[in-house]
Amino acid sequence: MITLYVPRDTTAVSLGADDVAIALARAAEAKGIDTHIVRNGSRGLFWLEPLVEVETDQGRIAYGPVMPEDVPALLDAGLLEGAAGHPLHLGLTEDIPYLKNQQRLTFARAGITDPVSIGDYRAHGGFKGLDLALTKTRQEIVDEVKASGLRGRGGAAFPAGIKWQTVLDANPRSDDNESANSRYSGQKFIVCNADEGDSGTFADRLVMEADPYMLIEGMAIAGLAVGAETGYIYLRSEYPLAQVILNDAIARAEAAGYLGDNILSSGKVFHLEVRLGAGAYICGEETSLLDSLEGKRGQVRVKPPLPALKGAFGQPTVVNNVLTLAAVPFIMAEGGQAYADYGMGRSRGTLPFQLTGNLERGGVVELAFGITLRELLYDYGGGSASGRPIRAVQVGGPLGAYMPESQWDTPLDYEAFADIGAVVGHGGIVAFDDTVDMLEQARFAMEFCAVESCGKCTPCRIGSTRGVEVIDRIRLNENRDANLTLLHDLCDTLEYGSLCAMGGMTPNPVRSALHYFPDDFARTTASPTTEER
Amino acid sequence: MLHIFDPNTRTDRDLGTPPPALTGNTVSLSIDGHAIDVPEGTSVLRAAALAGIQIPKLCASDNLDAFGSCRLCAVEIEGRRGMPASCTTPVAEGMNVHTQTDRVAKLRRNVMELYISDHPLDCLTCPANGDCELQDMAGAVGLREVRYGYEGENHLVAEKDTSNPYFTFDASKCIVCSRCVRACEEVQGTFALTIDGRGFDSKVSAGQNDDFMDSECVSCGACVQACPTATLMENSVIEQGQPEHSVVTTCAYCGVGCSFKAEMKGNELVRMVPFKDGHANHGHSCVKGRFAFGYATHPDRLTKPMIRDSIDDPWQEVSWEEAMQFAADRIKAIQAKYGRDSVGGITSSRCTNEEAYLVQKLVRTAFGNNNTDTCARVCHSPTGYGLKQTLGESAGTQTFDSVMQSDVIVVIGANPTDAHPVFASQLRRRLRQGAKLIVADPRHIDLMTTPHGGDALHLPLRPGTNVALINALAHVVVSEGLEDRLFIAERCDPAEYAAWNAFIREERHSPEATESITGVPAESVRAAARLYGSARNGAIYYGLGVTEHSQGSTMVMGIANLALATGNIGREGVGVNPLRGQNNVQGSCDMGSFPHELPGYQHVAQDGPRKAFEDAWGVTIDNEPGLRIPNMFDAAIDGSFRGLYVQGEDIAQSDPNTQHVEKALSSLECLIVQDLFLNETAKYAHVLLPGSSFLEKDGTFTNAERRINRVRKVMPPLAGKEDWQITQDLANALGYAMHYDHPEQIMAEIASLTPSFHGVTYQKLDELGSIQWPCNEAYPNGMPIMHEQDFPIGKGRFVVTDYVATTERANRKFPLLLTTGRILSQYNVGAQTRRTSNQSWHDQDWLELHPHDAEERGINEGDWVGLTSRAGDTVLQAKISTRMQPGVVYTTFHHPVSGANVITTDNSDWATNCPEYKVTAVQCEKVAQPSAWQERHRAQHKKQWGLLKTTEPTEPVMK
Repeated sequence: MITLYVPRDTTAVSLGADDVAIALARAAEAKGIDTHIVRNGSRGLFWLEPLVEVETDQGRIAYGPVMPEDVPALLDAGLLEGAAGHPLHLGLTEDIPYLKNQQRLTFARAGITDPVSIGDYRAHGGFKGLDLALTKTRQEIVDEVKASGLRGRGGAAFPAGIKWQTVLDANPRSDDNESANSRYSGQKFIVCNADEGDSGTFADRLVMEADPYMLIEGMAIAGLAVGAETGYIYLRSEYPLAQVILNDAIARAEAAGYLGDNILSSGKVFHLEVRLGAGAYICGEETSLLDSLEGKRGQVRVKPPLPALKGAFGQPTVVNNVLTLAAVPFIMAEGGQAYADYGMGRSRGTLPFQLTGNLERGGVVELAFGITLRELLYDYGGGSASGRPIRAVQVGGPLGAYMPESQWDTPLDYEAFADIGAVVGHGGIVAFDDTVDMLEQARFAMEFCAVESCGKCTPCRIGSTRGVEVIDRIRLNENRDANLTLLHDLCDTLEYGSLCAMGGMTPNPVRSALHYFPDDFARTTASPTTEER
Repeated sequence: MLHIFDPNTRTDRDLGTPPPALTGNTVSLSIDGHAIDVPEGTSVLRAAALAGIQIPKLCASDNLDAFGSCRLCAVEIEGRRGMPASCTTPVAEGMNVHTQTDRVAKLRRNVMELYISDHPLDCLTCPANGDCELQDMAGAVGLREVRYGYEGENHLVAEKDTSNPYFTFDASKCIVCSRCVRACEEVQGTFALTIDGRGFDSKVSAGQNDDFMDSECVSCGACVQACPTATLMENSVIEQGQPEHSVVTTCAYCGVGCSFKAEMKGNELVRMVPFKDGHANHGHSCVKGRFAFGYATHPDRLTKPMIRDSIDDPWQEVSWEEAMQFAADRIKAIQAKYGRDSVGGITSSRCTNEEAYLVQKLVRTAFGNNNTDTCARVCHSPTGYGLKQTLGESAGTQTFDSVMQSDVIVVIGANPTDAHPVFASQLRRRLRQGAKLIVADPRHIDLMTTPHGGDALHLPLRPGTNVALINALAHVVVSEGLEDRLFIAERCDPAEYAAWNAFIREERHSPEATESITGVPAESVRAAARLYGSARNGAIYYGLGVTEHSQGSTMVMGIANLALATGNIGREGVGVNPLRGQNNVQGSCDMGSFPHELPGYQHVAQDGPRKAFEDAWGVTIDNEPGLRIPNMFDAAIDGSFRGLYVQGEDIAQSDPNTQHVEKALSSLECLIVQDLFLNETAKYAHVLLPGSSFLEKDGTFTNAERRINRVRKVMPPLAGKEDWQITQDLANALGYAMHYDHPEQIMAEIASLTPSFHGVTYQKLDELGSIQWPCNEAYPNGMPIMHEQDFPIGKGRFVVTDYVATTERANRKFPLLLTTGRILSQYNVGAQTRRTSNQSWHDQDWLELHPHDAEERGINEGDWVGLTSRAGDTVLQAKISTRMQPGVVYTTFHHPVSGANVITTDNSDWATNCPEYKVTAVQCEKVAQPSAWQERHRAQHKKQWGLLKTTEPTEPVMK
């Protein structure tokens, strides 16, 4: 019996992995060879997807990117034995430099295991953290997370341990005026923010599609830590495959006693439910997410009260990003210090960077904080896909600043980035070559805000639309100086006046485009041609 | 004499955010250099307002939770980043706040610039001109230019929604502050409004992009009040312009007793705005009180006194003096011929305390008998009796606000969302906070579908089986050990408790045994009893579905038993709470309107109190009770009762068995009707005295929580006299001298003779805003919660409440049970609301019947259905509804032509004669024409209007 691996994650499937798996099965059958095809998660080397692996005595040998039509030739060239005869042969997967040089703590199992196999998960160190957590007090668990230095991976980088401590200490009896009979009184909640809406990000999805039990384990540990018995994964509706895999994994985890009314016979309770979003970017903002989770219109809530004190259904709630919760099993299993040993400054541990845009080699690169953008862009990303010089890089999603080459040697560290007006965010990195029109990118930032604003606060609701109009007037050379002043004023209004980070950070890409790429705003032609646009 | 009361007191200012839940701690901070101490949890915005510092704001209002959307209230706080919104920032010890800096000034101006870039520039012709917060704020922040221009994307062409008769929604003026949406949710609890779309496309939407009339909107007006611009605006203001002065007064619709600011232009009422410091309504209102005041100036109003010899004669307009003399001569002649007891009077629960007091005083002095009764006879007389027997006082035990402490709320035979809408909103707020609801009602009422209010436990009992149900609930409490033994031991009479305990434990009261009587599954009854019995705070609210039965008084006592047994008496969050139907039912009862009681429920047989009245009034008072209303009718028919003075009550429409009432009224030799309109009763009258609306008089109303509220005159009486003046003139004409110059003097007399009112004065009412009686030496500021220490009768008394089935039972001839009720938009007999645009919601009464009953009879939605009981028959249009169980049909009684009371019988409560409106055995069938009674009614209507004046009647006639 020969074991083959063909990923089932969204990227691989969209590149033809399902067809490749079928082609492999048929071809092997035709040859009368007994094969077992495991639909693993992706290794995150998306530039090589669909990446087919074959189990050999030496280890797993990789081939990619494999198209269905490559299969007969690959088999003829000895794929089933791991032979090296075919151009798509990549050698031992673990030795591919892109992968080998990473520091994978969170993505240690990604692509190695069958995502819904509990046996695989356990065999690769899974549930070790949960086992340990069950032997500890709540405070001990929280202390371990504090010791790790783990900060929120959703973008705000708030220390996870402090958030957990707040929820642990919170009195779930909520309002004084709440009736003693209130349905939710006495409860706390764990909410996983899986509304991964930033452009150029996909690490959350990969966790959920490649290693869902890690997230389940992380949430269960969070529940044990703060005394919550219910968790929700708020998943964006654009991730249907993740939904299928998560629900399958949750059902299996319940059946195996890792979730439910008596976790591993400990008497502890934790239930988990996936709730789907409805297609709004703003619902990735934690308070909008909570409103949406409760079945309301996704609209930003004011803080205070903090969700940690008054979150889901008015109760103390941990809201953490997928990557934050996914880091927890490692921290519990190996100790907070083992995690804190990675990183620099106050940015401890690793961050899965996501390389996209105009890059030769897109994918997930998990590394300790401190690496530079330039290393990521060239050592991993392989430079631009177009072959033209890279001109601007947007880090941290659509609300992140556009960074010129002069800033690419800044170490990826929350504080170092903040110092230069940039954000690390969720670790999404989008590269643009020298054909980019930065006025258009600034306009896009405003337009994005206009489309995705929840509409609650005035600066964001009206300001984003006016921002597009002002930039259009600048492009048309109408009262250029006055309109540039107005654009700066508007950015100030958005930054200081907005209710949440959506409006508050929209100036980041606009101002950085204005500041670092002024030439793109300085056209003197009255009206650009259509082509220029 | 016009008493001026300035409503623009501190409490009417908008402090921006609601007060915090009190922790007892205070926080010291500095705002613009001024030191101030405020309760912990107060917002910076509110703290500033309390310090007299105005921070600009648009989306904040102190009746809504802080929202933080407009960003105008940004401030700078030393040591904090950025410019936080002061509405959502709680104060902290030692905080240094700066409300006016260059930075915040620029931010506010730039935010305002964004607002105005999407707002019409028609301030001078805008209906909100002079009352626009956006305009005020643009001025406050010093906006001088809009650099974005006005050519950008905008909402200026949005269409107006004029579907609601009372207000217009002009979306082009909307600033999307969500105040209307939040008011609909937080204040009213209907959730009819939402923000549709997101970002720049965000817009206020009623329902799912419906117009207001087609949405769930109940037209309470909370959104209109909340709107800072002209987006939601009263049509009256659009037409008339801004009011120039206002007077605080009390609504004359239901027993909630909402306070309103009557906003005036001279003597013209522009709009009614709920008063924030109203102790019953806290600034909320319903469609009736808020908008349905047009009847007061309706052309149908009677403006001249009129007399006639016989009811077939045309009316003759005469002077007040002539009318009084005519009436007095007739009454005196009747008494001379038929005896002193051959005449009587009916006080109105719609008029003021002072006016009800004067009518019963007139009966007891000028008429010289005790033949006084009031319309409470037909609604809450069993409450008076039942609560007096058990708790010792004829009144509800709580404040409305008490419900905010309740954990389990039991509603029996009441429909608060329709009949007591403002209290229903408060109740719903508590349900949203997690309190549990139990509803005992044959119908599914709207309260049960409170948005975000959780599931209600429904006990859908058969009409007429209340007592069996309440006994079953008590049986479970006692047999499952849920009673409050300590409370019973300390507060209740032990012998009576022992007797009741033995009685209620009997197996025949078990839910299993009573299931066949009530139709309510035993498990539901047990669940309800356990829920109420084990609640920290359990409160019972009930309405006419309890009292208007042959065992109405028994049921009231059964409710009191249950509350006593579970210790749910004497503190916040609990109690026995009758929801009073009319604005002054409580007051008219308090004022001695009943034939057996002098003011303050002092029995006429008690020598001491009677002596006090005799001395004060200079007359001898009978020590025997006089006639009740049904006795008067019977006596009229048998010829011993010949003259009746009716103050503001339409007995011909509202009392049961209409044909019997009509016969009685036709038998009278002198019927004096004092009313706003030619009502059904007036068609049988010989003297018509044009009354005054609540807007045209001074006085007091007492609401369902015993709260005495001031009624203040905002315009002169249309016919020249306030009702108390008319009664006084009639007394004087009859030879009994009365010389009051102002109702204040009447109240002084009431206070001097009524122990529970000893401390009540107009001055104190102005100072305190309102007073819940008793108010006397022991309770100088009144008593919000009753029976905290003890009962007026010492110990609480359990009463054995055996269930006796009504004789009004379904049988082969009359297989269905008819029950009646109210609807939100109409009020009682409809004399007021039918003369307003509330007709848009409910211009006829419908017969609701279950699809099963309808199908059996081949009746479809909209068919004309003949409804027959042993008392009479009428015809109504059918509405198919699953609100009732099969076998029960339902109608409202707001339109005279419906003849709902032609059907109801003269069965009544054994103790008080309160009619059994809620159970009538009937049959239904499809018909093609109105009933014979309706034909006669229509002819009579036409004839009587013809006798009045030449104009056509405005009453709707059957289609």
